[in-house]
Amino acid sequence: MKARSKRLILVGTGVVLFGAAVALVLSAFQQNLVFFHTPTEVVEGKAPLGKTFRIGGMVEQGSIRRDADGITVRFAITDTAKVIPVSYQGSLPDLFKEGKGAVVQGSLGPDGLFRASEVLAKHDENYMPPEAAHAVAEAHKAAATLKQ
Amino acid sequence: MIPELGHFALVLALVIALVQAVVPLLGAHRNRLALMAVGRPAALGQFLFTGFSFACLTWAFVVNDFSVEYVAMHSNTATPLIYRITAVWGSHEGSLLLWALTLSLWTVAVAVFSRNLPEAFVARVLGTLGWIAVGFLAFMLVTSNPFTRLIPGAAEGRDLNPLLQDPGMIIHPPLLYMGYVGFSVAFAFAIAALLTGRLDAAWARWSRPWTTAAWVFLTAGIALGSGWAYYELGWGGWWFWDPVENASFMPWLLGTALIHSLAVTEKRGAFRSWTVLLAIGAFSLSLLGTFLVRSGVLTSVHAFATDPRRGLFILAFLVAVIGVSLLLYAWRAPKLAGGGSFAFVSRDTALLGNNVLLSVVSASVLLGTLYPLFLDALGLGKLSVGPPYFEAVFVPLMTPVVVLMMFGPFLRWKGDELMPALRRVAPAFVASILIGLGTAFAVGHVSWRTVLGLALAAWVVLASLQLLATRLRERAGASAASRLATIPAAWWGMWLAHLGVGIFIIGVTMVGSLENNLDVKMKEGERVEFSGYTLLFRGVQDAPGPNFAAARANLELFRGDVDIGTLQPEKRIYLAQQMPMTEAALDVGLFRDVYVSLGEQLEDGSWIVSLHYKPFISWIWAGCVLMALGGILAAADRRYRRLAERRLPAAAVQAA
Repeated sequence: MKARSKRLILVGTGVVLFGAAVALVLSAFQQNLVFFHTPTEVVEGKAPLGKTFRIGGMVEQGSIRRDADGITVRFAITDTAKVIPVSYQGSLPDLFKEGKGAVVQGSLGPDGLFRASEVLAKHDENYMPPEAAHAVAEAHKAAATLKQ
Repeated sequence: MIPELGHFALVLALVIALVQAVVPLLGAHRNRLALMAVGRPAALGQFLFTGFSFACLTWAFVVNDFSVEYVAMHSNTATPLIYRITAVWGSHEGSLLLWALTLSLWTVAVAVFSRNLPEAFVARVLGTLGWIAVGFLAFMLVTSNPFTRLIPGAAEGRDLNPLLQDPGMIIHPPLLYMGYVGFSVAFAFAIAALLTGRLDAAWARWSRPWTTAAWVFLTAGIALGSGWAYYELGWGGWWFWDPVENASFMPWLLGTALIHSLAVTEKRGAFRSWTVLLAIGAFSLSLLGTFLVRSGVLTSVHAFATDPRRGLFILAFLVAVIGVSLLLYAWRAPKLAGGGSFAFVSRDTALLGNNVLLSVVSASVLLGTLYPLFLDALGLGKLSVGPPYFEAVFVPLMTPVVVLMMFGPFLRWKGDELMPALRRVAPAFVASILIGLGTAFAVGHVSWRTVLGLALAAWVVLASLQLLATRLRERAGASAASRLATIPAAWWGMWLAHLGVGIFIIGVTMVGSLENNLDVKMKEGERVEFSGYTLLFRGVQDAPGPNFAAARANLELFRGDVDIGTLQPEKRIYLAQQMPMTEAALDVGLFRDVYVSLGEQLEDGSWIVSLHYKPFISWIWAGCVLMALGGILAAADRRYRRLAERRLPAAAVQAA
């Protein structure tokens, strides 16, 4: 009897602790998902204001400008249908170029400006981030449906 | 001609691997010594042919044979020789070849160093390893042949991805693969145990050094990769929770659980089926890592060409390995159950707690890594799980692991009294909390994270010292030196690895709390004050390299009026693909790194310079080095070799 009650305590403690660990993992998981939106979705108001999310697309031609401080950089991300203005502070990744794919993470201000905290680099000249490719493909699909 | 020889050798290696996979297992099943004896020569043959094939591919890179597609895609006549050689594992096909070579190397090692084990057991281990080799060699030959010819051949190659042209490339992938693939030995031992139905202390003693050796390689490989990313990617981070990093970290976590569970199985005969499950899990995660990294489902510097056939093949292989071993486990594990019972307050319980926690951490990393892939594959939307998730999970789950890690060794096996045990560690525990608070105040950064990290680190260091003192008091001996000498290597290994965890925590906490970054615009002759240092920008000059052109900045670093040295970060353009690259410059110190990288040039001729101040960052890698050294000591313990010597006469008699 004594051995059994001991085992019960052991198993009970284990189950409680394990449950607590799982609860911790799941709640942290839910709070930290970063969703991805295309520029079109952002313009349509499908993206949450003030929350962190990602936008993918192409860096619009001729859109990169540096502010006078030299540190703040402004550019626009487009999926060829809609354009989102972005501001970012700091050094840009090596392969960040106009007309090339890019993914930015940050939040959307009430003024419609996307303040990026991260600009994601690609690692290879010929490689297009899948999120960016997805955004452009979605815009093309939408355009094709409109024409019909 | 030589590439064809390499290809042919690969086919022969596959045939030999098939023999190695089938014949010894059959022999073990039918109890025929002659069939079992095929295992060792087959392992050697497979190794020789895979090695020959690897040498052929290396040769093709050395002589710039651009008629081989893989060479033309990843090398260039201007690429320095050392990076032409490392380019062998610079992409998908070659890194698979390295995988196969590493596997055959481990297999040969098992064949050579297993003379003291029962023949039937060795036959089953080699047979299992043979099946894994069959899987990988077939994968390579069917979907990813590195020797495919390019017709017509290219005049010039496309060069290796510049990020990979770094000394880190020479050593990081081989080390990591030695670790990844090394868990296949632990896996094969587990499968052999399931097949024989024999799983006892002796079995645990055989697998322990192998598992620990693989763990040492993995630890070193991950630490090296982290250090490489730190100085190469140009923004001073040392861990990104990138899926590819997670892919190597998950097997490490389960492997860590495994070596501790093996300790319990050896000492106490307990946790048997759990140990087997962990061995299966660790190797499955290694395979999953290979799948994630090599199939192209992940996008990173490690992900290469995306050929869906490849992903499908690895996935099928993965399902086969996990499925078969879990079925075998479900069938055989009930036979293995049993072992010593233990009380709630005991070293066994502490180890069990840590095992469960490490598995939960591993599972949570798996969740964060795979969830976005699943959603994407099912077309349910795109999202990412970033570092905040992993940090939110990792810190609270690993804190009890570290507390238990230092409390466990103070407890006796099987059962102990709680109050005396608590009294033993209480002074160190209270002192560490005070040290944590005090140090956080002293460095002027009081947050719960800093206090927790510093207190944990103090706890590890103090408890380690106390443990050593206790151990010395237990031992009889005339002098302190002679008492030190009686402590076995395995104990020192445990002690050193645990101390390494403490050093690692100091590094992580200090960097996390006190690091400082600044992006500034700088002109020639300008100075900037930064974290107690002054940097003087001396301008930028051209610095051509073998296969790149570079702009090299000169920044003089001052502490007060003392000139510490010149930092020379570079902005490079690799010519073959016109690919830009940032090469950071570091002033490395014991207590801090000053890290500078060069951004872009602005229209007015000034440059953007990123400055990073990284306190105690070297301690992160110093901690990993201690862990790896601890593993080496533990694996080299005399008692594993004594076992070999004891067995030797018996084997000699048998042979006679």
